[in-house]
Amino acid sequence: MPIVSPGFFGRERSEDSGLPAGQYLTRDFPVLSTGPTPVIDVADWEFTIATERGAVHRWDWAGINELEFEDVHTDIHCVTRWSKLGTSWRGVSLDTLFDGVDTSADFALQHAVGGYTTSIPLSDLRGHRAWLATEFDGAPLPAEHGGPARIIVPHLYFWKSAKWITSISLHTEAQQGFWEENGYHPLGDPWREQRYEYDN
Amino acid sequence: MNTTTEKMSQPSWYIADVIGVRDETSTARTLILQVPNWPGHRAGQHIDLRLTAEDGYQATRSYSLASAPTEADRGSSIIEISVELLDDGEVSPYLVRVTDVGDRLEILGPIGGYFVWGAGQEEPIQLIAGGSGIAPLRAILHERLAADGVSADSVRLLYSARARHQVYYEDELGDLADSEPGLISLQFTRSAPKDWTGTVGRVDADLLARVSIPAALEPTVYICGPTKFVEVVASALVGLGHDQARIRTERFGG
Repeated sequence: MPIVSPGFFGRERSEDSGLPAGQYLTRDFPVLSTGPTPVIDVADWEFTIATERGAVHRWDWAGINELEFEDVHTDIHCVTRWSKLGTSWRGVSLDTLFDGVDTSADFALQHAVGGYTTSIPLSDLRGHRAWLATEFDGAPLPAEHGGPARIIVPHLYFWKSAKWITSISLHTEAQQGFWEENGYHPLGDPWREQRYEYDN
Repeated sequence: MNTTTEKMSQPSWYIADVIGVRDETSTARTLILQVPNWPGHRAGQHIDLRLTAEDGYQATRSYSLASAPTEADRGSSIIEISVELLDDGEVSPYLVRVTDVGDRLEILGPIGGYFVWGAGQEEPIQLIAGGSGIAPLRAILHERLAADGVSADSVRLLYSARARHQVYYEDELGDLADSEPGLISLQFTRSAPKDWTGTVGRVDADLLARVSIPAALEPTVYICGPTKFVEVVASALVGLGHDQARIRTERFGG
């Protein structure tokens, strides 16, 4: 039984808050990064997908902008317990980027400027559930939120969405990224509250 | 980016007894918690604290541990958190205004394996706090002082607050400042006391160059504070030649 705190009422609640367990609603957009915000010139920008057999698929900024962009309206959930509802992004579906990538890998590792990595099953990057996003709220993605381009995987806790993305590498064995090495969950499904390594 | 941090142990739920409260400012309070079976923590880690209303509604928020694991005058099952009252807060008003000695609280922890310091990290460390971001840095400061003795060569703290009445742990930090010149630097952003000889204003590159451990000594830098504060300080430090891989940040909203 949880301990009831007499005199604690909390916020007004509705029947369906739309939030996963243990999350609270925020209206601002907190920034959570492990270090300084890097400054990235799109003239130098490059994104690659490297397969488990060593094939490398490469896009520069112009190349990405030739691809089909989609508007993405989605809720996002951070493992630090804030959720933000109805966010608006614009980006390229990773299905588009994986089209033509020959792989039988099950695991992916996202790599970002500054050395951040996050691991994710490849299937969670496919199936129209993940994007390379370059706009937020109708404007170029601000640097502190991962601009010029980041990955968004909104169905998982947001540490699985690398800011300042540089590459995705594909692997036949499970990998561990930065927070995963630090005890966080390999999948990170907010609806199953998979925050830490041993959460079910 | 430094990924050599020690792996965090799996956090667990504990019941904490509130055994003391201490007002830090008119809007912030430190809760002293006794946590039976607490496994210990690393300086810089945090806990999640969950409140349950009578109808079963729950709200959970994260709070940095302000106490160092090795503070000598206490048992290892006693921890402290400092809570700032947020204007639109759901949990903080209860913790700051209602919670009292004798209450019991549910906590999950210890959490975090990156924004931490542990013995074995022998490089100098520079701590930079904005507002309530001082809490985890207090823990790291005490841990380092316990390990290395009081020396401004191994650790320094730069603490930015709006005014003197907003400073947490004021007596303790004052005593440390008196004992070792350079160890503690306070910066006031809005108003300073009458006897203040320093500048008033936001932390900038000039101030960082004057009071912080120089980049040439390759300190690990820990910055904790509001998002904007952390952004400004971290980019100023990169401009002063600090390697981004040695700058660890913890930002909170606002």
